[in-house]
Amino acid sequence: MEFIPNSNLKKQMLEEIGLKTINDLFSDIPKNIVINDLDLQNGLSQQETDKKLRKIASKNKSLYELLSFIGGGIKPHYIPPIVKSIISRSEFFTSYTPYQSEASQGFLQAMFEYQSLISELTKLEIANCSLYDDVTALAEAALMCSRINRKKIFIVPENISYDKKSVLKNYTKGADIKIKEIPFDIETGKIDINQLEKNINNDIAGVYIENPNFFGIFEDQINKINKLIKDSDSLFVVGIDPLSLGIVKSPGEFGADIVIGEGRSLGNAINFGGSSLGIFSCKKEFLRQMPGRIIGLTKDSSGKRAFSMTLQTREQHIRRGRATSNICTNEGLCALSAVTYLSWLGSDGLEKLSKINYENGQNLAKKIETIKGFKKMFSGTHFNEFVIKCEKNPNDINKELLKNNIQGGLLIDKWYPKLKNCMLFGITEIHSNDDIENLISKLKGVSNV
Amino acid sequence: MYRSAMFDEPLLNEIPSYKIDKIETITTLPKSLQRAKKVDIPNLDETQIVRHFNHLSQINYGIDTGIYPLGSCTMKYNPKICEEIASWDSFTNTHPYQDISTVQGNLEIMFELERMLCEITGMDYFSLQPAAGAHGEFLGMLLTRAYHEFNNDNKRNEVILPDTAHGTNPATVTMAGYKLIEIPSTKDGTVDLDSLEKAISDKTACFMLTNPNTLGIFESEINRISKIVHNAGALLYYDGANMNAIMGKARPGDMGFDIVHLNLHKTFATPHGGGGPGSGPVGVKIKLEKFLPIPRIVKKNNNYFFVYNAPESIGKIKGFYGNFSVLLKAYIYITLMGKNGLQEASEIAVLNSNYMKEKILRSKKYEMPYKKLRKHEFVLSCEKLRQEKGIRAMDIAKRLLDYGLHPPTIYFPLIVKEALMIEPTETESKSDLDKFIDALIRIADEDPDLIKNSPKNTPVKRVDEVNATRNPITTWNMI
Repeated sequence: MEFIPNSNLKKQMLEEIGLKTINDLFSDIPKNIVINDLDLQNGLSQQETDKKLRKIASKNKSLYELLSFIGGGIKPHYIPPIVKSIISRSEFFTSYTPYQSEASQGFLQAMFEYQSLISELTKLEIANCSLYDDVTALAEAALMCSRINRKKIFIVPENISYDKKSVLKNYTKGADIKIKEIPFDIETGKIDINQLEKNINNDIAGVYIENPNFFGIFEDQINKINKLIKDSDSLFVVGIDPLSLGIVKSPGEFGADIVIGEGRSLGNAINFGGSSLGIFSCKKEFLRQMPGRIIGLTKDSSGKRAFSMTLQTREQHIRRGRATSNICTNEGLCALSAVTYLSWLGSDGLEKLSKINYENGQNLAKKIETIKGFKKMFSGTHFNEFVIKCEKNPNDINKELLKNNIQGGLLIDKWYPKLKNCMLFGITEIHSNDDIENLISKLKGVSNV
Repeated sequence: MYRSAMFDEPLLNEIPSYKIDKIETITTLPKSLQRAKKVDIPNLDETQIVRHFNHLSQINYGIDTGIYPLGSCTMKYNPKICEEIASWDSFTNTHPYQDISTVQGNLEIMFELERMLCEITGMDYFSLQPAAGAHGEFLGMLLTRAYHEFNNDNKRNEVILPDTAHGTNPATVTMAGYKLIEIPSTKDGTVDLDSLEKAISDKTACFMLTNPNTLGIFESEINRISKIVHNAGALLYYDGANMNAIMGKARPGDMGFDIVHLNLHKTFATPHGGGGPGSGPVGVKIKLEKFLPIPRIVKKNNNYFFVYNAPESIGKIKGFYGNFSVLLKAYIYITLMGKNGLQEASEIAVLNSNYMKEKILRSKKYEMPYKKLRKHEFVLSCEKLRQEKGIRAMDIAKRLLDYGLHPPTIYFPLIVKEALMIEPTETESKSDLDKFIDALIRIADEDPDLIKNSPKNTPVKRVDEVNATRNPITTWNMI
């Protein structure tokens, strides 16, 4: 049978070890639970499988067929072919977690480079080599704050994604950490700093600020926020969009203790939302409290430079019930995409890319605002996502756009009832001026109906 | 003779490149956030980058290089067709929030995969959201809590597991806020029913079990275990890391398990990617369905929908819907294998393991404590070699590298001294198994100094991991 080379050697191998039938190997399974068969289809050949999957694939419309302006933290980006070429090297993608350093130097070095580049982006001294996604990374950060300072309240802005809120609640329940939400300012779309000031005190384990936030708005009161956090002896957790850091200050420069973020946009395909890449970086003093794998530089027995996993005593396979996290499998290959992509960009490329994303964001928002019935919801400066309030029902608008093969903005009033008829738009470097004009003309059409 | 490729490959930041710090100011950006200088990333040419990473790949070992018999990791061959199809634009370039009518193919795959996994495990419903096995375990604990809380059974704050459990099990239990109770194994290497009876009470939320367990032994008393656990009002959790032993032979659902997690990157042949991405779907019996994460996928009139309205649901444990690209590869794998193929995979995985075990034990160089019949993996002890020659499991692992073979898992499970935990999987040929067997036997007779100073044929010699932890250097700025 395909992929099972010894299918034809069963008899011979059984004989060699003194057994008669395959079922002798399963004689220790109680009779009442033995099954003979699974109720599944018979296997298909590779050719038939290809055909079947093509048919299923045809029921999707990829973002090459559908012009997308949807926001929500996940957007299409250009991925240079070098990324696929590197991560398809099967010595990389068919390898396991690098427990045997001597046979894993390649992947270990790449992960060391990934950690170094993430640390350059965040301007914090250290980074791990990935968590599942930004959502679980935030949850791990909350747990880590509480491990560090033994406090039990964690503050988040009201306007983080539903996914983040829900996962945070689930992850922190066991550690008995309370989550407190701070409302956003309905004028600016930024965190309501007065409310933050009122709620912050010496019992707060950590405060999470997203920059840009879920509405795409830059939290520019960052220095004041940092002061409030430091004065209350709490920890400052910052969420980043790595692609904004070509033009925006790194969180380490304005006081962050821990940085989390989603690294999907660093050379990883959207893949319907998964896989993903949880970025996690922090100050060196918290090294031993950090969750996830860390790669370190050391030497071999002849004194030559070598890499290995380090501080494994924090991890589940050594520390078991007292590990910093239960994480084992992570997102290694996505981190490899990220290090390849970042080195392809270089510092020049990253700056350019951030700038295009920012400028496209400004350009699109301005153009939409010129159309009757559409208004920018918030006055704060945004990056490449922004909220538009529509006079008409946004659901109907999106239906009209879809007829023209355009995916409109994300409806967000289901999560934020204050934002009725609001849509979250997103744009990136892949959108040309023609794409923008295409959307604008169709929106004008909708507004005139 | 085997000799690995070797490069003194510089770090990315050591490759000659140019750098300009100066950044162009964007005046419309808020002043407090304007960058003063560029992010320090080397500016390299594409050729330099390709060569750099290709060199690195050549000093890395994967399944495509050779046998990879890590116990409990199920390092089987990853069919190329799964990678190929999963890289099609119509899958990779779809957005989780795009209109549902334009992603019916994705939903069909997820819906059908849930049904397939239910059939393979004997469970009623599946959630595909967890990104890894440990993540699935964590969801399992959340479901356990939700179930007991729903029944107003609020004093259950303990989780029991055997001392052979994977490290993720106890870590998950603690992370979920439960008190951990570990029970010893019998001299057979299986769950000690007396200890279980003693440990279990009206405070027990759940008993976590791997079956076959990490010694590769099938827990034959599973019917009684299930009865003890359920009579106490607790739930029975199945760690599916070892599912590759029993597909088409027995199902956790039929054994009485209430919650099951699978590792698609083990049993269902999706690549491990040097650490991930993985996928750890969780299956439950009907009594736990209402607590599963949202959204659920529903099929109505040949159309698929996401359903978010589930008041008792625990909510979410990951962004969006899980690692879809991994789910897709597993779906393709199951499609290729079909019912016969999956059963054959488990049969040959178990045959290969018992073949190796028998051949190695006949050499009398290694010992194997506990019960003799094993499933897809077995655990040898090098304790005799340690006592006679001072050779440790670690030394043997490193010496295997000199033969161009990836070593097994070592020092686990903890109840075996100097453990070598070997899982060949069904995708290795007899000649590759024989090569590994021969090497392991030959090493036992080699000069102890040679073994202790191995490896020699690898790109680096034995790596000083103690120093890596004592003086942690984790970025190039710390060098």
